[in-house]
Amino acid sequence: MPPLLQLSQVSKSFGVVQALSRVDFEISAGEIVGLIGENGAGKSTLMKILGGVHPPSSGQIRFNKAPVTIQGAKVAEQLGISFVHQELNLLDNIDIAGNIFLAREPRRFGCIDQGVLHKMALPILEELGLHLDPRTSVSRLTNGQQQLVEIAKALSMDAKLLILDEPTSSLSIQEADTLLTLVKKMKGQGMAIIFISHRLSEVEKIADRVVGLRDGKNAGELNAEEISRDRMISMMIGRDLSEVYPESNPVNAETVFSVENFSTRRWPKGNASFSVRAGEILGMAGLVGAGRSELAQALFGVDSSPSGTMSVNGQPLTRGKVKEAIANGVFLAPEDRKASGLILEMTIRENMTLNSLSQFSRHSRIEFKSERIRTDEWLREFGVKAPTVELPVSSLSGGNQQKVVLSKWMTLAPKVMIFDEPTRGIDMGARQEIYQAIARLAETGCAILMISSDMEELLGMSHRIAVMREGTLSGILDRDAFSEKAIMTLAVQQSTTTSTS
Amino acid sequence: MNTPISRFFNRYRKEGCLAVVLLFVAFWTIFFSRNTEANGFLQSLIESRFLSLRNLENLSRQVGMYGIFSLGMGLVIISGGIDLSVGSLMALFGTVFFFFLTGSHAWIPGIPWAPAILVLILFSVMVGVLHGWLIAKIRMPAFVVTLCGLLGYRGLAQTMTHDTAIGYYDAKFNVEGLERLLTGEIFGLPAAFITFIAICLIVYYLLHLSVFGRYLLALGRNEQAARYSGINTILIMAFAYIICSVLAAVSALFFALYTADVVPSIHGNFFELYAIAGAVLGGCSLRGGEGTVIGIVLGTTVLLVLQNMVNLLGYDSSFSKVITALVILGGVLVDRFDIWRLLSRPKNASAA
Repeated sequence: MPPLLQLSQVSKSFGVVQALSRVDFEISAGEIVGLIGENGAGKSTLMKILGGVHPPSSGQIRFNKAPVTIQGAKVAEQLGISFVHQELNLLDNIDIAGNIFLAREPRRFGCIDQGVLHKMALPILEELGLHLDPRTSVSRLTNGQQQLVEIAKALSMDAKLLILDEPTSSLSIQEADTLLTLVKKMKGQGMAIIFISHRLSEVEKIADRVVGLRDGKNAGELNAEEISRDRMISMMIGRDLSEVYPESNPVNAETVFSVENFSTRRWPKGNASFSVRAGEILGMAGLVGAGRSELAQALFGVDSSPSGTMSVNGQPLTRGKVKEAIANGVFLAPEDRKASGLILEMTIRENMTLNSLSQFSRHSRIEFKSERIRTDEWLREFGVKAPTVELPVSSLSGGNQQKVVLSKWMTLAPKVMIFDEPTRGIDMGARQEIYQAIARLAETGCAILMISSDMEELLGMSHRIAVMREGTLSGILDRDAFSEKAIMTLAVQQSTTTSTS
Repeated sequence: MNTPISRFFNRYRKEGCLAVVLLFVAFWTIFFSRNTEANGFLQSLIESRFLSLRNLENLSRQVGMYGIFSLGMGLVIISGGIDLSVGSLMALFGTVFFFFLTGSHAWIPGIPWAPAILVLILFSVMVGVLHGWLIAKIRMPAFVVTLCGLLGYRGLAQTMTHDTAIGYYDAKFNVEGLERLLTGEIFGLPAAFITFIAICLIVYYLLHLSVFGRYLLALGRNEQAARYSGINTILIMAFAYIICSVLAAVSALFFALYTADVVPSIHGNFFELYAIAGAVLGGCSLRGGEGTVIGIVLGTTVLLVLQNMVNLLGYDSSFSKVITALVILGGVLVDRFDIWRLLSRPKNASAA
């Protein structure tokens, strides 16, 4: 069977930057191809070429054997190429059906024919197993359901080739599983699917073939039986990776951070009690919406909480007081680094010292020279790839932005460090550096709470894993009880056994 | 290309553009107001009406009086807010101040001018605290809170005067010192201008050198991230409104003495909008987090020199509003497309 889409020797350069050079790629109908590569490897450039955003500088694209030039998104759509992007692009003031057929609404006398619109949406939603009224407002859906609406949008365009760009990055484990099952089903119906993900376990589960890109070139290809995590990683980074996660030693130190009967504003009836020892990494798992980020924000004091007590080294802290948390060495590297972790338009220097400016000022006057010198040191210490601290943080890649967030807090000698999704949307190379930084921090005797939706990261980094469900801690697993299944059981069902800490 | 000099030009490119505009307008005015009877071209320029001592003195006084409250507005805009009540506040402050001097209102005791100034400043702090509390703590939209101020303060002033003028000619106490202080000259320059320079230096320190300024810029850009960094965003934001109303009070004193009669229905009309216009022209973003003292000063000055030009050259004074509008629109348009950067790009590209 001839391939549905065939790219041969495709190159693309932006000025002097060679984003893609002589890349070959093909995909057949009814095939799922995993496309992997680090950030900057050229995945998104390749996808933009397919989406008609950029024309290639050279090379040939064949679709159904015929050479094509994809000029503009409209052409891509007519060919049957559909995208589901990493970020959700839904309008949350419009209902589901309206989003699916946005700008393609059936009209009647110049008005949108709501009746027909909703009738058209129903079979698509049925097909996706989304049993929702198409009149439901998108704002009332979970992230997972919203992602399915995105896919419904793609399906409604009669797609022959579906490109999923990090479709699971904002989904919980369970929602991601539903999505993967669905993708397999669509493959069964003869659709060609390009699946881009940083979650290699998902790629492993779903792909018939894996194509790797590195530095804008083909980095290799793995057939179904060759696909394994290790081989994918070494293909992406170009060398063997003996161990992604740093080695960790068991800890028997004193308890530093203890939390009792904590609830959050989102889950006022929730109840979380746990303690973290010096040098210990306590992973925190749970479905999206289980209240983990809310707990982190309540502990740090940026959000209020109705009940609970917490203490650092035996000293109790007042709830809802950021200043007190910071004064006692309790820090949070928040989930959404662009909205809460950093001020993107400000420079690296200004971001790094925003929480510690009193150290760089005398009588409220900022001492720019010492600020500059120290942040320059931090830049090197944390391996932030930037020529100078005077650049705006927005010019950095996600991984480097996260390193700025880490340096901002980790240089203040934390006693308790809360990481909320520390590696979301970050490529493997930078991820590893962040893991090492976290492990180094643990070695200094800091108690670490690491919230993550990345199963492998949780299993690889944590000493123990606490699982949350509906604002309540449903259990804590010790290292010898670690398994994906055990975590899922605690995350989804009411737990009956709770191990003590 | 990242030398200190190129960084300086890059950082102050908006201000540089404005300075060029300012010089252009000034030269234009000088040229067309030149003394045609003078000997020689250069002499005719030097003897132009624009460069006359009287005009320069008048202009610098205007820059001082408008500049003082524009700086306060600039800080509020940088915090991501807006203060529409400035003009009305100035009417109210002027009215209250004159009632203090004359003691002609039943509720307001007549007191000498020095304590009156003190009380007025305290009053302005309270107004700022009220605005800051409603906006930063209660989280009411700044637009709504200060819009109510815009209506309320002027209404209050009009009610107190029964909608007539109030002057200070029948002051109960000796006001010679006050007149010397506010309308006199220091080192040959109008007191308003000298005060303005002093306030510029203070605000420059606050915004560009102090921790407060860094926090204010951070807050204006991304309030949530500022809060997550442990910054007391409520206090910083409230402080911006307090500074704004205190500077409005300082400016109101100069305006009250300058006009000698406060007519609450027209005193300070549209001043908040001139301040916003000056700040925006000077590179402040209404989204917050962006702006410099130099920019605000230049923006305000450009608007006043334009006004001066219209007066000197005998254009219809109503037309000055149209010119002002076009200059602001043009200035923001240039900024929107970053024309300065476009012009300098080829040089940067070859260096890279």
